[in-house]
Amino acid sequence: MYELIAQFPFVAAMVALVSLGAVFGALLGFAAEKFKTEGNPIVDQINEVLPQTQCGQCGFPGCRPYAEAIAGGEAINRCPPGGEAGIAALADLLDLEIIPLDDEHGEEKELSVVAHIREDECIGCTKCIQACPVDAILGAAKHMHTVIVSECTGCDLCVEPCPVDCIDLLSEEITLKTWHWDLPTSDVIASDRDASAQEQAA
Amino acid sequence: MRKIWDFHGGVHPAENKLQSLQCDISSAGIPPQLTFPLSQHIGAPAEPIVEVGEKVRKGQKIAEARGFISVPVHASTSGTISAIEDRLIAHASGLSAPCIVLDSDGQDEWISHQGTEDYSKLEKAELLKIIRDAGIAGMGGAGFPTAVKLAVNPDAHKIQTLIINGTECEPYITADDVLMRERAADIIAGAEILRHILNPDEVLIGVEDNKGAAAAALKGAVRNSGSSVEIVTFPTKYPSGGEKQLIEILTGKQVPSGGLPSELGIVCQNVGSVVAIYRAVVHGEPLISRITTVTGAAVAQAQNFEVLLGSPMSYLLQLAGFQPERCARLVMGGPMMGFTVADHEVPVVKTTNCLLAPTAEELPAPDPAQACIRCGLCAEACPASLLPQQLYWFARSREYEKLAAHNLFDCIECGACSYACPSHIPLVQYYRAGKAEVTQMRHDQAKSEHSRTRFEARQERLERDAAAKEAQRAARKQAAEERARQAASEGQEDADPIQAAIERAQAKKAASQASVDGEAGPKTETSQAADTEQAATTQADTAQPDAAQPDAAQLAIERARAARAESAEQSPLEKANSKLQRLQERQAKSEAKLQQSREDGAAENIIEALESALEKLAPKIAAAEQELKALQEESEG
Repeated sequence: MYELIAQFPFVAAMVALVSLGAVFGALLGFAAEKFKTEGNPIVDQINEVLPQTQCGQCGFPGCRPYAEAIAGGEAINRCPPGGEAGIAALADLLDLEIIPLDDEHGEEKELSVVAHIREDECIGCTKCIQACPVDAILGAAKHMHTVIVSECTGCDLCVEPCPVDCIDLLSEEITLKTWHWDLPTSDVIASDRDASAQEQAA
Repeated sequence: MRKIWDFHGGVHPAENKLQSLQCDISSAGIPPQLTFPLSQHIGAPAEPIVEVGEKVRKGQKIAEARGFISVPVHASTSGTISAIEDRLIAHASGLSAPCIVLDSDGQDEWISHQGTEDYSKLEKAELLKIIRDAGIAGMGGAGFPTAVKLAVNPDAHKIQTLIINGTECEPYITADDVLMRERAADIIAGAEILRHILNPDEVLIGVEDNKGAAAAALKGAVRNSGSSVEIVTFPTKYPSGGEKQLIEILTGKQVPSGGLPSELGIVCQNVGSVVAIYRAVVHGEPLISRITTVTGAAVAQAQNFEVLLGSPMSYLLQLAGFQPERCARLVMGGPMMGFTVADHEVPVVKTTNCLLAPTAEELPAPDPAQACIRCGLCAEACPASLLPQQLYWFARSREYEKLAAHNLFDCIECGACSYACPSHIPLVQYYRAGKAEVTQMRHDQAKSEHSRTRFEARQERLERDAAAKEAQRAARKQAAEERARQAASEGQEDADPIQAAIERAQAKKAASQASVDGEAGPKTETSQAADTEQAATTQADTAQPDAAQPDAAQLAIERARAARAESAEQSPLEKANSKLQRLQERQAKSEAKLQQSREDGAAENIIEALESALEKLAPKIAAAEQELKALQEESEG
């Protein structure tokens, strides 16, 4: 054996390399079949980052379609509910530049809102129920409808179809449960101390 | 002598406790009006069970606990309920919350109540029920429902140590101190009740060494009662009264991050809660009063009051000789962990251990924050062994993930870091805001996840519905083709195929309306004509494959249009008349059609549709008759 290798070093090297290649190739091929991922995994990751309001302001019918579009190269700044933070998260995930929100698709809202139906004006047309992407509106034909606040994403898709304009988007009221301390306001430098003391006195 | 451990960090602020220790506990008496917030504890707010105008007696339950982590509220004196509405409460936000307002009648008349003679005969669950029904929530400041805390599962965690917290480490406050001095026997008796409930190996009462008189009184009470409760004194340091800190001092064990003391076999209770438990079990009295320290340089005589819960703070301040012009701000709690109360009228609640009315010199407004110099004093002071400086940077730059990763939620907000900070940075405020933001972020994530599942479920449902509809359509189409073939093979000349198509469309429309609209109102003439047109248009799409002539539907549309044009020219009476006639014709036709379908043995759904169309026609005809009659009478009259 040893002699054989010594006699035909070139052939021996060829045989060794080819057999190595064949073994690893088979292994890789097997692994590719065995651990195959269905669909594009990046879409799921993008979808996780999106706010899931399903509002369609990005121009796609829901968050997942937009996630798919982003995976296909669409701009990441078309989601107003996600806002700057959402863009930053997407940029981080996809290793892209952070770009400002595209105004064309709407503006970022400060507070979260929920839809509210003025119930005595509702005529029970069920149009908003059909429009709601998360089934957050309860009601039946010719019966008053109401919004299940805990399910509403504030996407405002129900506002447009309402024939009597009885749906408002209201910001959630601050209650004892939702109230919290704010971050301290900007620092004052020592020379501003007197000014701030005067302010406090006033 | 028991071994005493030390905990990391801590500070030594000026104690300022002597001012309020000059006299004994005095009763605050009965204020003219009392306010009972429905949420004086951690957990779900209680639910009112009285009505405005109702007379209640002292100790009567006026709001019932709702949910497991909740406690009821009791009237602290007799009187009349004057309102159940939102009132300002003692909360850092200055927001209002639902309250029950009671106008006292001065009689202070007790509801009939009865204690247990021998609690040792009662089951643990019964005692816990008594404690819960008495409305007892942790009186050290947090207000966690006591019965919930005591309801540890003995199989999961054997309780080895019961710790009674008489530490009261915060400056100025002496409510627990005087309670231990004057009611030591009650505390020991309460501790024995807890021993009966929890069956621990040892019962300890932890007292800081600046409360010598309190420790002596407790030791005396232990001797008198022959109890085996151990009084442990240890060096004064803020915040040794924190639950986790006290546990470490007395047992050397650290409660793990995110864990509960019961996992270590330890339960901790405040002395105030223990006395409340004693009164509830032995005397049958619910929690309707507490000891509150009123102190600060803006009151003439700082002292401790036994005050009825619900009394306005202004009432209490007045008793202590309050000088409003000297008071810079009113603080509920102590200078380290307390918060400024927006309005002096807010009521004393179960967690109000101290009212601090300091002058501006005594408790000056915090100096403006300066830049962090990274001196690390905050980390040395932190009793939870956190990295306050790091947390500060993360909170400032809103890196909430990192805040959570650096165990922000182990922060007990004791204020030791802020106290130690040479740059006067309001660190605790950053952590409070950071905690709120992290909580909000988690809530948003949960909500978005929830929305996603709902959206996907809806999408799936819509697809399913569409598929079902498609399948139904295909089945119908097949049936129609089958019928056409049959008709062709039998050589039977069916009625006009276009007429049949319109008929079918109408029947379908009527059936679908019956299911969608429920009871549709009577239709106007034009809209009916429009209906026919629409039906015909719809039919034009679907009829194409089975109707022999492609433009047959078009003809039907034109016919409907002509009918509409014609009807526009008629007078109301004529219109009504022709409408009735048409309806009757339709009914006759439909009946004939139904008959024939039955004879032919047509598909079940077709017969059903025809039947429902007929049913639908009957009320329409009746309405048309009614209309015609009315019009005739009108024209005659």
